[in-house]
Amino acid sequence: MKVLVAVKRVVDYNVKVRVKADNSGVDLANVKMSMNPFCEIAVEEAVRLKEKGVASEIIAVAVGPTAAQEQLRTALALGADRAILVEHADELNSLAVAKALKAIVDKEQPQLVILGKQAIDSDNNQTGQMLAALTGFAQGTFASKVEVAGDTLNVTREIDGGLQTVALKLPAVVTTDLRLNEPRYASLPNIMKAKKKPLETLTAEALGVALTSTTKTLKVEAPAARSAGIKVKSVAELVEKLKNEAKVI
Amino acid sequence: MTILVIAEHEAGAVAPATLNTVAAAAKIGGDVHLLVAGAGVGAIAEAAAKIAGVAKVLVADNAAYEHALPENVAPLIVELAGNYSHVLAPASTNGKNILPRVAALLDVDQISEIIAVESADTFKRPIYAGNAIATVQSSAAVKVITVRATGFDAVASEGGSASVESVSAAHDAGKSSFVGEELAKSDRPELTAAKIVISGGRGLQNGDNFKHLYTLADKLGAAVGASRAAVDAGFVPNDMQVGQTGKIVAPQLYIAVGISGAIQHLAGMKDSKVIVAINKDEEAPIFQVADYGLVADLFEAIPELEKLV
Repeated sequence: MKVLVAVKRVVDYNVKVRVKADNSGVDLANVKMSMNPFCEIAVEEAVRLKEKGVASEIIAVAVGPTAAQEQLRTALALGADRAILVEHADELNSLAVAKALKAIVDKEQPQLVILGKQAIDSDNNQTGQMLAALTGFAQGTFASKVEVAGDTLNVTREIDGGLQTVALKLPAVVTTDLRLNEPRYASLPNIMKAKKKPLETLTAEALGVALTSTTKTLKVEAPAARSAGIKVKSVAELVEKLKNEAKVI
Repeated sequence: MTILVIAEHEAGAVAPATLNTVAAAAKIGGDVHLLVAGAGVGAIAEAAAKIAGVAKVLVADNAAYEHALPENVAPLIVELAGNYSHVLAPASTNGKNILPRVAALLDVDQISEIIAVESADTFKRPIYAGNAIATVQSSAAVKVITVRATGFDAVASEGGSASVESVSAAHDAGKSSFVGEELAKSDRPELTAAKIVISGGRGLQNGDNFKHLYTLADKLGAAVGASRAAVDAGFVPNDMQVGQTGKIVAPQLYIAVGISGAIQHLAGMKDSKVIVAINKDEEAPIFQVADYGLVADLFEAIPELEKLV
């Protein structure tokens, strides 16, 4: 079956972002950008499904700026067969991204779409669920295990109280949680090969998708800083402070 | 203006995060209605009707809603949403699973994990693992919002007297079914509701060593959490993870043991009232947010702490 994987270009996991002085957003100038970590897990899962003979073709899709081609090339180096960039310069809300992905789903007719559960920049945790709503697909969010059995997909989900397993009729949307797999690194020969794999660029207009939004960001501020307290010298002093100063035990 | 709050319930009782979500609704203003969806939830609805500030409880009691499958519950909420200015749910795994599906079906953006209400259409929410706080304004006809429980003080679970009305709508999409669940069994308080949380990190070295934290937790009536590093290393299950991609906690006392303090972990606990860090590396970034820091070997400090409290 055909598998679609969505990837997002985000600020690298290790970068500590700073808010711009004019409070219009965070400063991303000259900051290292990478594939969102949960999207790496999504690509890895698709590649494993292909290695098991379940997936026949993997298509990586990004909705974002021209530079998101870098993350698509990474997905290709990791094992995706071809890539599609829906190019859009401005930052988009999850619903707009889901609409663009829906247009690609209509075009490509995958049986399974895998996305990261959340992007580490906007921390929304919405796109997969929204894509499932727009396509009418079943959804298996926060997946820690995915098994295809005929036309059913069994997904074990990380929920607040532990684990839940659901059976979904294919086609379906899966969003990845941390423990689904450990993504591999791309090998140099695969990085070289990825350069020759097809990467198609489309626009939302060409797909007939309106990327309107009902939300406006008014300002972005740094959070209230928490100042460091004191160092205690012993466990006894710690207990004394917690009992008599902080009064929390 | 009337607000619909999606009640979270588990094991036959209203989950505490519902009370924080009702508090957020009260800040927006207007009447607050509560939706209790599930199978055999009559008693839960009766309990929910006592929550302070709730005017009406809607009960959708149907086998299709039993395990909160989003394919079935989202159309139910969409059907009701037309009567409301806002739809709110706790930012639990259930809320996060269902509400974006509702928003997309209503063709509006969803606003995730608000921590403050500025006005009926303007909210604050953390982005970049809490390293920035965005103020966002919504022009949506129905504002669909998940609420971070730690941002709002819970309303009282008693004292209200809402009317209870049943909703007959039955939506069974037939696309998904519940297979099973493995719920963590613990006599300790739930992580997000506990007054004291003790979390362990990579410094614990292995899962077995978490027993030191459990012993201390039992003495203090605390919940036990973990950093992502400890989860990734396989020491403990993911439902114990505190951080950007795990649970968000804000207890009265948070004790971080053997946790270096990566920004992703701080995102999940820095709103705690008092933070204690125990780490043998005095340069660990956790000390920059700790009210009380103890540079010590945790394997000596924790047993001693257990004796003294």
